[in-house]
Amino acid sequence: MITALLVPLLMPLAAPVLVRLVEYRQRPAAAMWALTATACVLAVGWLAELGGLLLTGMLTVSALARLGHLIHPLNVAPAAVAYPASALAVGALFICACAVVRAALRQLRQYRTAHAQLRDAPFAGDLRVLDHPEPDAYALPGNPGRIVVTSGMLRTLDGPEREALLAHERTHLAGRHHYFLAVGDLATRCHPAMRGLRDAIALAVERVADESAATAVGDRTLTARAIGRAALARRVDSSTRPDFAAGAAGGPVPQRVKALLQPAATSRRTAVAAAGLLLACSAVTGGGAAVGLVSLHHHVEIAQGEGHDD
Amino acid sequence: MAEHAAERRAAGELEASVLAALWAADGPQTAGQVQGSLAVELARTTVTTALTRLHEKGAVGRERSGRGFAYFPVRDAHGLTAQRMHHELDKDHDRPTALARFVSDLDPEDERILRDLLGNGDGK
Repeated sequence: MITALLVPLLMPLAAPVLVRLVEYRQRPAAAMWALTATACVLAVGWLAELGGLLLTGMLTVSALARLGHLIHPLNVAPAAVAYPASALAVGALFICACAVVRAALRQLRQYRTAHAQLRDAPFAGDLRVLDHPEPDAYALPGNPGRIVVTSGMLRTLDGPEREALLAHERTHLAGRHHYFLAVGDLATRCHPAMRGLRDAIALAVERVADESAATAVGDRTLTARAIGRAALARRVDSSTRPDFAAGAAGGPVPQRVKALLQPAATSRRTAVAAAGLLLACSAVTGGGAAVGLVSLHHHVEIAQGEGHDD
Repeated sequence: MAEHAAERRAAGELEASVLAALWAADGPQTAGQVQGSLAVELARTTVTTALTRLHEKGAVGRERSGRGFAYFPVRDAHGLTAQRMHHELDKDHDRPTALARFVSDLDPEDERILRDLLGNGDGK
């Protein structure tokens, strides 16, 4: 049963396939929730599983087993398997911790820089204008959140397009989309195969705001044009925007424009099937981790002399 | 209560659109010009109200234009002060005298700063 621990180990590898199957079969809002939740379950399952492997290896060493009040060392796998697996788990956990802490620190730093930059910026309502020729726009979370648009971006767009842009950014703020991006970013740092999942979350978040902006201005073509113009004008490398701050020019723009101009008729059945697939994946991961850890706990109890001897 | 909050939010969104329009424009804009560049159809008085509020908050500057005002965005608080000083000087028919009187009334600290600024511009 302890082999169930291997399920969460392999599950993140399926993430790219999941993304491709789910991305366009769901409504944007449903996809945003489902993908973020899946990323969390996969990350937690993967970390729990690494912890389990680490514990197994440690308790197979007799000295450490005695520390854990074990009568005899844990005997769930031969030492030749348990030790290397445990060593790999230590390495992977260390790399994960480094990646997640670094990403979290970077988010914090970007948040502070972005707010410091706004201190003297002219404002009106929820809008802050950065006097900068480089076109850029994003929703900066805070209390209250702000829409940040550079003067360069405002000059790029005409009146109705500016309205679509503002509506887009307002949706990001109202929907607290930065949480999805931040959580998605941290969760997917745990495993390289989950990088695609992070991009998919970013795309879903942008599509939610696109749809909402299209409804607000009552014109899908206009919204698509505004996004296209904003994205074409923006030079990615010079942006001052924090990674978790959603912006109108974020995500794969051609897909977003296409989704606006030719809304795919998402049939209810495929949407439910896609949601079911994600749910099943999460259930298998969570179940695998749970069964594996319970089984490990059982073995430890036996080694501690509790319950029946084997 | 909720109605009040909604009203305030709508006013804030209108001011945001108006400020965005001013930043997008090439030069100072009258209320009529701003009205024309907004996406939504609004009464001119509504636009004027928004512009006046923005002016009171210091987000935009304005200058006389015909019978009304033309508005322009202000980069920052210091920029607004400088804009106002320029504007006042421009209005005076005897600019050299006005400037001389202004400088003669400066307190010693301001005078020192002004000397430093002029000295730097002259010396290099």
